Amino acid sequence: MRITLGAPEPASPAISRGDVTLSPRMGLTLEAAPPLAPGALARLRRRKILLLPLSILVAFVAVGVFAPYLAPSSPTATELGLKLTPPAWMEGGAPHRLLGTDQLGRDIMSRIVHGARLALTTSLAAIVLSGFLGTTLGMLAGYYGEWVDTVIMRIADMTLAIHIYILAIVLAVVWGPGLRNVLLVVVFLLWSRYARQARAEVLSLKTREFVVAAEALGGSGFRIMARHILPNILNSLVVLSTLQVGFVIVLEATLSFLGAGIPPPNPSWGVMVADGRALIASAWWVSTFPGLAILLVVLSVNLVGDAIRDLLDPRLRRL
Amino acid sequence: MRRYLLSRILQAIVTLWLLTLVAFVLTRLTGNPLDVLLDARATEEDRAAVAQVLGLDRPWPAQYVIYLGKLARGDFGDSFKTRQPALAMVLERFPWTLQLGSAAFILSVAIGVPIGVITAVRKDTTVDALGKVIALLGQSMPTFWLGLMLILVFAVTLGWLPAGGSGSLAHLVLPAVTLGWFTVAGIMRLVRSAMLDTLGDEYVVTARAKGLAEPRVVWKHALRNALIPPLTYAGLVFVTLLAGAVVTETVFAWPGVGQLVIESMAFRDFPVIQVILVLFGALYIGMNLAVDLLYAWVDPRIRLAEAGARAR
Repeated sequence: MRITLGAPEPASPAISRGDVTLSPRMGLTLEAAPPLAPGALARLRRRKILLLPLSILVAFVAVGVFAPYLAPSSPTATELGLKLTPPAWMEGGAPHRLLGTDQLGRDIMSRIVHGARLALTTSLAAIVLSGFLGTTLGMLAGYYGEWVDTVIMRIADMTLAIHIYILAIVLAVVWGPGLRNVLLVVVFLLWSRYARQARAEVLSLKTREFVVAAEALGGSGFRIMARHILPNILNSLVVLSTLQVGFVIVLEATLSFLGAGIPPPNPSWGVMVADGRALIASAWWVSTFPGLAILLVVLSVNLVGDAIRDLLDPRLRRL
Repeated sequence: MRRYLLSRILQAIVTLWLLTLVAFVLTRLTGNPLDVLLDARATEEDRAAVAQVLGLDRPWPAQYVIYLGKLARGDFGDSFKTRQPALAMVLERFPWTLQLGSAAFILSVAIGVPIGVITAVRKDTTVDALGKVIALLGQSMPTFWLGLMLILVFAVTLGWLPAGGSGSLAHLVLPAVTLGWFTVAGIMRLVRSAMLDTLGDEYVVTARAKGLAEPRVVWKHALRNALIPPLTYAGLVFVTLLAGAVVTETVFAWPGVGQLVIESMAFRDFPVIQVILVLFGALYIGMNLAVDLLYAWVDPRIRLAEAGARAR
């Protein structure tokens, strides 16, 4: 198992005893996700308990997509006359400021809604970028082997050994905090997960007949990887990606909190929690609600991801 | 085995070397320390003199070679700010981080293992789902927010525990819970899947057939074997906690390495930052190496498979 410095993996895969083909440290991160077995969807549907996290996820995506239409007011409009208004149900609350306002009088509800869009786009962009980079390098390492493999995998080891928060703080000093910083840090951390998975699957695929046949027909390495290998590993890479979403959202929030992520006044959930840090004794709602939003979304992602993994791992179904 | 051992150790050394290189370049990207250390009145001569004392007058590659040479002798260089040995400065703060990490680790195991066992025994029941949610909660919220919420409830509202600082056991409780909850889910998953494996094993069936009480079968016979995989990874979980402590330390004003990072960054104190990066990296690489070797020692198929792959 690869545990990442600073932030544990969102889903440390199950221990695989007796996994012969993969070395132990890889066997754990890499366990190839088999294609959805027949009946898996039916089993997933039977788990009524998953309905709640699933609907939260759908709501999260919908809110993220339609944020400008859903938010009651602007996420950045300040109204100092209304600063630190408590939530509507408390004494002194205002009905059109449902979750209260922050120290600049900005509507927390509206900021959370827009924050959903930011979290959604950031995590999607980060995952697509790391997936692309990691898969490409992992396939190259697995397909060509030898020194290509050695160089790529040693770099992968090294990136995992770098303390991620220190890296983030250093990059924030170099370039100033911002979305670019977040994406860089996340890609730095995540690409190797894709690389390991892609590499392991390529290793097992490249001796299969259809690949050998394509080689015999004179297909170039690039063509074989793109046309014959990639379609076969895409499935498991998508599963791997669903397991990263929650992790990226939490990481982005943490980086923003450390001042190394998305800078204020953007309505990043992490920035919002950080905004309320000094006010925790007097205006608890400023930090509490954005944090709750993170918790709800990420917990849902993790629960659904966990269930998918359980379904795909027959060893866990045995009992 | 010897061949596998040597190749893994060599790999670890290469990784560690790459890490020193990246740590060196990264710190130098942050700008010239002279701009922060000297005020605006400093003349060109002053700057040149200080640069020479700090070893910043040479080009980067030369600086790196000198750094590596010293490193080989165990010398990490002196802090730019205090002129103390950088390693000593970090090691002075490290016990605090170690203390917080250990407390968090103990908590994490104390919660994660029972949840793992119970969720395995009651697989696909409400208890299973509830246990998973409790375990996953820690991974689903940013630690800094959990820290703030704990401060809000236990320090501000109830007044039971201090909101920050250090010095007593009471100061340790909230930071340890904040940090420890993060890894509960990982431990729970390892124990759960290992328990699911062992619960189907024949000796468990035998123990049941003998008429042993179910709790005894689960907690004694099955758990004892199921604990082997999680134990292997205990070291890695621990390193994770130490590294993650940076954020928790910031929330609770805990005087560990995390605070030192922030302080050193303000002064572009390259040697100190490099020590911290290399120290955490070495811990991580060392733990991974230990896990790999332990597994290879336990399971000959691994070292043979690896040797075979190389020969092919």
